[in-house]
Amino acid sequence: MPELLKEYLPVAIFMAVAAGIGLALMASAIIIAMRKPDPEKLSAYECGFAPFDDARMKFDIRFYLVSILFIIFDLEVAFLFPWAISLGDIGVYGFWSMIIFLAILTIGFIYEWRKGALEWD
Amino acid sequence: MWLLEQADAAAVLPEIILAVIAMVLLMVGVFRKGETANFVNLASLFGLAVVALLVIFGGSGRMTAFGGAFVVDTFARVMKVLILFGSAAAITLSVHFMKEQKIEKFEYPILILLATVGMMMMVSANDLISLYMGLELQSLALYVVAAIDRDNARSSEAGLKYFVLGALSSGMLLYGASLIYGFTGATGFPEIAAATAAGAGGLGVLFGIVFVIAGLAFKVSAVPFHMWTPDVYEGSPTPVTAFFSAAPKVAAMALLVRTVFAPFSGLVPDWQQILVFVSIASMVLGAFAAIGQTNIKRLLAYSSIGNMGYALVGLAAGTQEGVRGVIIYMMIYMIMTLGSFACVIAMARKGRQVEEISDLAGLARTDKMLAFVLAMLMFSLAGIPPLAGFFAKYFVFLAAIQANLVTLAVIGVVASVVGAYYYLRIVKIMYFDEPAPGFDPMHGEVRLIAVLAGAFSLVFVLIAQPLVNLAGAAAASLF
Repeated sequence: MPELLKEYLPVAIFMAVAAGIGLALMASAIIIAMRKPDPEKLSAYECGFAPFDDARMKFDIRFYLVSILFIIFDLEVAFLFPWAISLGDIGVYGFWSMIIFLAILTIGFIYEWRKGALEWD
Repeated sequence: MWLLEQADAAAVLPEIILAVIAMVLLMVGVFRKGETANFVNLASLFGLAVVALLVIFGGSGRMTAFGGAFVVDTFARVMKVLILFGSAAAITLSVHFMKEQKIEKFEYPILILLATVGMMMMVSANDLISLYMGLELQSLALYVVAAIDRDNARSSEAGLKYFVLGALSSGMLLYGASLIYGFTGATGFPEIAAATAAGAGGLGVLFGIVFVIAGLAFKVSAVPFHMWTPDVYEGSPTPVTAFFSAAPKVAAMALLVRTVFAPFSGLVPDWQQILVFVSIASMVLGAFAAIGQTNIKRLLAYSSIGNMGYALVGLAAGTQEGVRGVIIYMMIYMIMTLGSFACVIAMARKGRQVEEISDLAGLARTDKMLAFVLAMLMFSLAGIPPLAGFFAKYFVFLAAIQANLVTLAVIGVVASVVGAYYYLRIVKIMYFDEPAPGFDPMHGEVRLIAVLAGAFSLVFVLIAQPLVNLAGAAAASLF
């Protein structure tokens, strides 16, 4: 086994422990817990009044569009954190690389703005 | 400029310029009032031409950038010029088609440009990371282009199907890349080659190679990863289909060539058996499944599956002659397939596209020139001498026989005889059947591409020597 793979051993152990605990919790809920379902328990929960309709309702496609557009900038921030912390090591080259990346994202942002993707109506 | 020197970016200059052109055109398109598509189309063609000149005259020899993750050699230059040519043809073919179908959008040429940047990165990838980056940049643009006719259910379905299956293949490729990295401790191709030469890996690396080849086989639509091809080809607008079957195939094949030779040149017997299987399966399926097709775009889809099988024969040989054969094959295949799709685009009656093979009946009496060009292209695809397609097959089969893969070559010849049936059937329908109503007059640029492709397959025998020498030099730069 190469040295490289040994460095990943803690990850493998972590995955095994996580899978074990997760499965144990789910299995115990199925095996031990008492279950007496009735229509009231199984219906969608709404605070204080009877539910209007099924919980699986249709959403406006615009929610989806907004969340997709949000993900881009979410990822941008995910890149900015390690960049900010290691800025001292990567120097001016690293700084400008990130600025170029941000500029490209900004072009995409301008495009979606002009196209009206950010307007609700 | 200082930044460019930091990254040794002289080698990447064509890609950077193309990306900047694409982004500038995106801004122009979205800010310009009124009609923008024509302007963006023209500017994109101009940009592709400039970048092609930069690739050709931008220095010779081997150059690397980004710490060796990106390499430019003769092989990369030849493939990049081919890809740029294919992209330019795809934009040219779309101009009038998109107008008539009322799906004219300035985003189309921009997406093609972005896909081209990705393809050029793929060709130059010398590291598993840059390989994946190029592949995804290309694929994401292609998924959108497939669904560009978004009010058409079949075009949307084509885009969605391509996206879902493409994501699956990317997953397989990434899993293979992670295995290779895990067992060799490197992502750079030269480092992987050094590690495997030193005895690292074994079964783990072999599994990695299998998954990476599976991912790339999806991109070149080789059997058993071909299922998306006929549906996506049929559903997408025809110029998009022409693009799919030309430039991305060249790029993916070039990527496959570099990926099996640069890091795994010491493991030839390991990957050779996989490629022999994929190649035989593609040739046989391409030959038999196309027989029953009635839609010409589906037929050309199966034809492209078969053609990828023939190109892989050269790669399976695992020799320099084999790579030369692959380069010649992709060159000829791309021009023939662009010409064939230009003929399909010309199949319109009263502004409506028709796609059935029976619509071609008696074309020789209604449009002599179109029938002659399509007949030449079909003869060429069938591999009848002295047309271009014959030489394409000749060089890959020659390499296979020299590498002692006689069975593979024999199966290839048999499959091409079977395949000749459906190519010749189209010629028969055009020349001997009762004429169907004639097509609308062809637009100038579509006619130009069709005629050029037909002429190329006719006179290839006269201009073969410099092209074969060029392919030989490109293949030599890999070894």
